[in-house]
Amino acid sequence: MSTTVNTSTSATRSAAAAQHARKDVWLRRAPLLPALIFTIIATQIPFLITIWYSLRSWNLLNPDSDVFVGFRNYIGIFTDSTFRQVAMNSVLYTLGCVLLAMLLGIGLALLLDRKFIGQGVVRTMLITPFLIMPVVSAILWSISMFNPSYGLVNWIIGLVGISPIAWTSQFPFLSVLIALVWQWTPFMMLLVLAGLQSQPKDVLEAAQMDGASALHTFFYITIPHLRRYIELGVLLGAIYVVNTFDQIYLMTAGGPGTQSANLPYYIYQRAFLGFDIGQAAAMGVVVVIATIVIATVALRLIFKSFMSTEQ
Amino acid sequence: MTTDTLAPPANPTDTDRTTRPARPGGRRARSAALTAFTWLVALVFFMPVLWMVLSSFKQEADAASNPPKFFFTPTLDQYAAILNAGTGEYFLNSAIATVVSTLIVLVLAVPAAYAVSIRPVGKTQDVLFFFISTRMLPVVAVIVPIYVVAGRIGVLDNIGTLIFLYTAMNLPLAVWMMRSFFQEVPKEVLEAAQMDGASLMTTMRTILLPMVAPGVAATALLCVIFSWNEFFFALNLTAVNAATVPVMLVSTMTSEGLFLAQLSAASVLASLPVVIAGWIAQKQLVRGLSMGAIK
Repeated sequence: MSTTVNTSTSATRSAAAAQHARKDVWLRRAPLLPALIFTIIATQIPFLITIWYSLRSWNLLNPDSDVFVGFRNYIGIFTDSTFRQVAMNSVLYTLGCVLLAMLLGIGLALLLDRKFIGQGVVRTMLITPFLIMPVVSAILWSISMFNPSYGLVNWIIGLVGISPIAWTSQFPFLSVLIALVWQWTPFMMLLVLAGLQSQPKDVLEAAQMDGASALHTFFYITIPHLRRYIELGVLLGAIYVVNTFDQIYLMTAGGPGTQSANLPYYIYQRAFLGFDIGQAAAMGVVVVIATIVIATVALRLIFKSFMSTEQ
Repeated sequence: MTTDTLAPPANPTDTDRTTRPARPGGRRARSAALTAFTWLVALVFFMPVLWMVLSSFKQEADAASNPPKFFFTPTLDQYAAILNAGTGEYFLNSAIATVVSTLIVLVLAVPAAYAVSIRPVGKTQDVLFFFISTRMLPVVAVIVPIYVVAGRIGVLDNIGTLIFLYTAMNLPLAVWMMRSFFQEVPKEVLEAAQMDGASLMTTMRTILLPMVAPGVAATALLCVIFSWNEFFFALNLTAVNAATVPVMLVSTMTSEGLFLAQLSAASVLASLPVVIAGWIAQKQLVRGLSMGAIK
């Protein structure tokens, strides 16, 4: 960008400078605009339409039903006991998966955070469940692992004398939860491992010199250091896990009844099997509001993380 | 193969051996036991994947047997059957949706990340906040209007629709991740280039892009992982023409649910591209999944 401005009077010079500055601001902004405009079109407009639909009673099977009903869909949601049950399931799946995966992830990360033979291979094996296509992981668990007659899990528990269990129909919630924890443990492990490896070595050595036991070092130095990583893992994990659909769709179809359904699955059922657009849209809006609450906390944390790493 | 990506931790056994030479044997035994335990845990954790791979090389009768068969004559029959069943089209659809959306994401995200990190103007934080908040928008909240509108304008069962949605899905992640790479570029380098009279485009092309190239690769890999594995949009918005690999798997499962060996072979093929990509990009995985917050 040329900076030579040929002006004789100071007045025109400052005017030109101001114009130049304005142009400069727009030049700086310009690279951002395509991405910003695309994102607004792709995400905000559909969401506004969702809000519009949520105020109408529209069933695809009955085209005449499309009339404005105000908040009736929302009232319907809060008096719907299935919705409450499914919302509770969503909370339980998310909390259960995130907490169990985090505990396992911390354990695995501690095992990995030392030099040993085949470290790279072990780490590669451990992250694989996270890379496997979720649809494949759901098929894998519901058929290869949990099939009542030839699944591997029933064979293993049979070795210790437990009779076969029809996992996905007797314990649908637990079955889905196991598949989810299996998928998300590597995610937590990777974040915690990154935390462990960023520990200042001199502090650990100093603690050892001072005669602190391994347990003391772990609880008073390592855990406080890991806190940021654990919080980040829990919150990011929660945001992803809340949206779980594939495992529920394939392993239990939310059943029996809606016993193992979560909100995304229930909304899918209402929209694509019940064709109840208005009701499904209203549920979507409620889910977004709930997510915003969680996400605000998560975002504040991520920003905090950024600020501390950038200083 | 990946040990070099790990920061090697200070080996406590080495220092201990010099200061406390009394019980080297005990320590070594404990270390060996811990290693064995780690391997055992990893194998248990990996078992389902291993079992799927084994099943894919079995005959159907061996795959669905009780007790399970650990020793069998391996066969490629199932892979041949899957490849001959016309699955190529699904793989092609997945590949197109994944590659094209990833390219569009990069074209949009790299300049955007540059704008918010190298020469930011006001409100940068708000823009970043907005981007990431869209990644947290539950897809179920927008699937209804997307389905209705796509139906009205005649783009249901169209690969272009998936490309559009996958781009929207990955863009926020890519902007955040690229931002974290741009921020690592030392300001002095850019200032020096400007002093030397290099134009913005030249600086971009000859200095900036080569420096963030590894970041672009890592971002692309993450976008590939998420697009390739995506199921919800593909299930609801495609039918015959644009169906992707996960949709194919689900229809295989419901129509031929009993053919476990064949289903396993299809599953292995479906997972392979992303698993390999992820294995290669282990280190970048952490950074991408934490939206660049952890390096």
